[in-house]
Amino acid sequence: MAVTDHGVDHARREYAKPPIKIFKNLSSKIAAIPMILTATVIFIGCSGWTIVHSFTNSKLLPKLDFVGFDQYERLWSSRRWLISVENLFIYGLCSLVFTLVIGFLLAALLDRKIRFENTFRTIFLYPFALSFVVTGLVWQWILNPEFGVQSIVRGLGWESFTFDPLYNSDIVIYGILIAGLWQGTGLIMCIMLAGLRGIDEDIWKATKVDGIGTVKTYLVVIIPMMKPVFVTALVLIASGIVKVYDLVVAQTSGGPGISSEVPAKYVYDTLFGRQNLGQGFAASTMMLVMVVIILIPYVYLQFGGKKDQ
Amino acid sequence: MKLTKALLSATALCAAATTAHAVDLEVTHWWTSGGEAAAVTQFAKAFNEKTEHNWVDGAIAGGGSTARPIMVSRILGGDPMGATQFNHGRQAQELVEAGLMLDLTDVAEAEGWKDVVHPSSLLDACTLDGRIYCAPVNIHSWQWLWLSNSAFADIGVDVPANWDEYVAAMPALDAAGIVPLAMGGQAWQSSGAFGVLAIAIAGQDAWKAVNIAKDADVAGGEAYAKVFDAAAAAREYSKKTNVQDWNQATAMVIEGKAGGQIMGDWAQGEFAVAEKVAGTDYTCLPGLGVNAVIDTAGDAFYFPKQDDPEVEAAQKELAALMLSKEVQVEFNLRKGSLPVRGDVDLAAANDCMKKGLAILESGNIMPSGDMALSPDTSGQIEDLMTEFWSSDMSAADAQAEYAGIIADAD
Amino acid sequence: MTRVSHLTTADAQLQGPKGPKPKRAFSGANLFIYGTLIVMSLYYLLPLWVMIVTSLKDMAEVRMGNIFSPPAEITFQPWVKAWSEACTGINCDGLSRGFWNSVRILIPSVLLSITVASVSGYGLSMWKFKGSEVFFNILLLGAFIPYQIMLYPIVIILRELGLMGSLGGLVLVHMIFGMPINTLLFRNYFSSIPQELFKAARVDGAGFWAIFFKIMLPMSLPIFVVSMIIQVTGIWNDFLFGVVYTKPAIYPMTVQLNNIVNSVQGVKEYNVNMAATLLTGLVPLVIYFISGKLFVRGIAAGAVKG
Repeated sequence: MAVTDHGVDHARREYAKPPIKIFKNLSSKIAAIPMILTATVIFIGCSGWTIVHSFTNSKLLPKLDFVGFDQYERLWSSRRWLISVENLFIYGLCSLVFTLVIGFLLAALLDRKIRFENTFRTIFLYPFALSFVVTGLVWQWILNPEFGVQSIVRGLGWESFTFDPLYNSDIVIYGILIAGLWQGTGLIMCIMLAGLRGIDEDIWKATKVDGIGTVKTYLVVIIPMMKPVFVTALVLIASGIVKVYDLVVAQTSGGPGISSEVPAKYVYDTLFGRQNLGQGFAASTMMLVMVVIILIPYVYLQFGGKKDQ
Repeated sequence: MKLTKALLSATALCAAATTAHAVDLEVTHWWTSGGEAAAVTQFAKAFNEKTEHNWVDGAIAGGGSTARPIMVSRILGGDPMGATQFNHGRQAQELVEAGLMLDLTDVAEAEGWKDVVHPSSLLDACTLDGRIYCAPVNIHSWQWLWLSNSAFADIGVDVPANWDEYVAAMPALDAAGIVPLAMGGQAWQSSGAFGVLAIAIAGQDAWKAVNIAKDADVAGGEAYAKVFDAAAAAREYSKKTNVQDWNQATAMVIEGKAGGQIMGDWAQGEFAVAEKVAGTDYTCLPGLGVNAVIDTAGDAFYFPKQDDPEVEAAQKELAALMLSKEVQVEFNLRKGSLPVRGDVDLAAANDCMKKGLAILESGNIMPSGDMALSPDTSGQIEDLMTEFWSSDMSAADAQAEYAGIIADAD
Repeated sequence: MTRVSHLTTADAQLQGPKGPKPKRAFSGANLFIYGTLIVMSLYYLLPLWVMIVTSLKDMAEVRMGNIFSPPAEITFQPWVKAWSEACTGINCDGLSRGFWNSVRILIPSVLLSITVASVSGYGLSMWKFKGSEVFFNILLLGAFIPYQIMLYPIVIILRELGLMGSLGGLVLVHMIFGMPINTLLFRNYFSSIPQELFKAARVDGAGFWAIFFKIMLPMSLPIFVVSMIIQVTGIWNDFLFGVVYTKPAIYPMTVQLNNIVNSVQGVKEYNVNMAATLLTGLVPLVIYFISGKLFVRGIAAGAVKG
């Protein structure tokens, strides 16, 4: 985490002398206890505990009765888990692409010295203030085939129009995607806008002199310059995607059938509903692995970026 | 009036030093539909009126699969409620084994449960190592087909008397814009309906071989192939249901928008709330009209152990009360379920309940899936069935999956 | 995450558009820009509009009509019902219970988490000790760990502390999971405070707490507001922790909302559901509209929390 910014390094050099005694800087250590406990007991301890127990056949109560990779074998042969992962993949990929594209497009449009910029920004961002439960329920209502979009379009005379994503296994995940994008794109727009504002105005003058068109300038000059912003946005979106839970619970409860299940819901259901802790722990460990896979390139990029400077 | 009350309570205090103080007993359950809420109110009313304790309602919406995790995590988390509903059988088995549930054996003996609870298998499901840990409150059977008389009147066909006639009428219902078979979207509904079809089509012996003996060969065999084919055929006529909750699906039958629904006898409560009359407005066919049998699933209350003797006393009072004659009648009439006591008078019961009582009397009963399968296995079957009913999965593929689950069942 | 410090200054940068100036008022480019923005605005505004109009109709109108059309006759009955009459089981006291539960969860959680995070951030920026950065980095990485992996062990911890199913337990959980982002926020903020101030205070003999209360606190009001916005919206909108670590009597509003909407007695009352949904969204929405730019700043930083 290269969060260490200007000023902090100063502080380290000038004030933090090597602690000789444990009592040195005691207040600071006491003040850090909650942080240390959270980092060690919760983040490391609890995760480690779960990983260890994922190799056991714990049912309702956790017990250290090791069974090797049995839980993982069962996990990866479970249709529901495979569908959950597939959904996460589709949702994640679409969500990444659309959020980045829409977020950047909106930010670029807002950056065109337009009128009512504040109004537009407020409109694009307000869904982010709402919870996933609220988001899911509203879109459940809008996508309700009996009353919502489908019936409106049919009412306009297009009788055969069918748009019932929440009742169609094949496209239900896109129904969730529509709601997810509604809630989350505003944030990415904000981050992109901040990135665009950080770009020197002289760039625009230079490209104008060179006769490069606006769209081309964005694609060839601006976007490459915004690489760090994109990376940040990417990590934000990706780590949010893995946690998708409330949205699905509120909007479809995983249905129809198991076609909109997601890994987070699998974990909750097996842990608490099916009384199969080992299986739930294995599933949550796999979720952690997914996050690690996402984070490794990010950490690597950050590390590489630092060297360049 | 006030004075009398004060005097009474004073004497009560003097009379028995052990008299408990009023305890607020939180009771969790997943009964949230109209009929269910009316039924559970009977428990609350009796408990508040007949004892000095208070019923604190902890209803959890969304059905058992949503509610059970919450209950279990609270019991395991050291924050037990006063009493909680489970379907008796294996759902709470490990909790009992872990010593987290109150032993009700002394209540059962004092109240003579062994003599009055009928069938006795209900009490067996509450028993572990000879001790009784739960109070069964009703018998619920899945084996029912509910038909809308008005829907069949619309297409000019007599109300079917069995599953085959019903299947034959499905195309006509469909053509008339009526959903032939209402099937809600929640997983337990598709799984339950499949179980009903299995008993009706494959027969009791095959069902027992699969669910009790966990015989994967039977699950993958010919008898069950017929069940999967029948389910696949019925599936095509249930596609337009577009509702999630079971009671919304029942509402479609009540309103004549759907021809019928396979659902447990709790659906009766919904018909009652809508003031529909069995026989004239709707028809019920136990065992799909093929094989008049009922399974003796049901709800039971478990009382998580608390280290407070006063709470314990209140818990035991509630347990005794739930099985008392009067409460059994009031509760079950509203719930649409059958009482667990063979010795109560259900004169007020309607036609459908009487059919159920007669079958119970004749002894044509069988255990329920909840008693035979662990929550883990039931869950896997639910996943499979809900996927099967809501997709185009072929009957053969589904059966292969099913046999695999049974082979791995514990 | 690297760019958080850069993001927290986002609002300053949001002021001056850097893009090229559009040429004429009615150029094709302008038409494209405003056209796209307006179409997108419709997508974002539509759900809010639908919620509002649906919640003001009676059921007869909801059933007949178009979900986008304004109510022919405005009724506040669904709001009244959602607030004080809607049922979960036999409790028919509406969402008001969940609202007050959320308030009772919110206040201590926000106070506690901000206090802990500000002190931690202060220590990390001014009073480093050996290993403090290591713990901090673990804390930050922890923000990315899926909660699911920690759900169950925390049940055990809360049980051992006797806090399972209580408000206190949930408050503790919110404090823990709010810590990474808020600590980061405070740490970066305090790091940007001129070191001379700190030096001078040290020379005067002020210690850890004296400097914190007398010097740092008075000059860090904005960051407290930002942190508060993050925590208030985050905690108010939480569903998972509410469902796992509490019980029906103290369910937060989001969980109760989901229960009311997804439990049906007879007919589904869509108007009541929408009124309930709006009610639940109201608190964060009000905060959003009041706080304006600070909110932008808050979420840009808070986004790390995911």
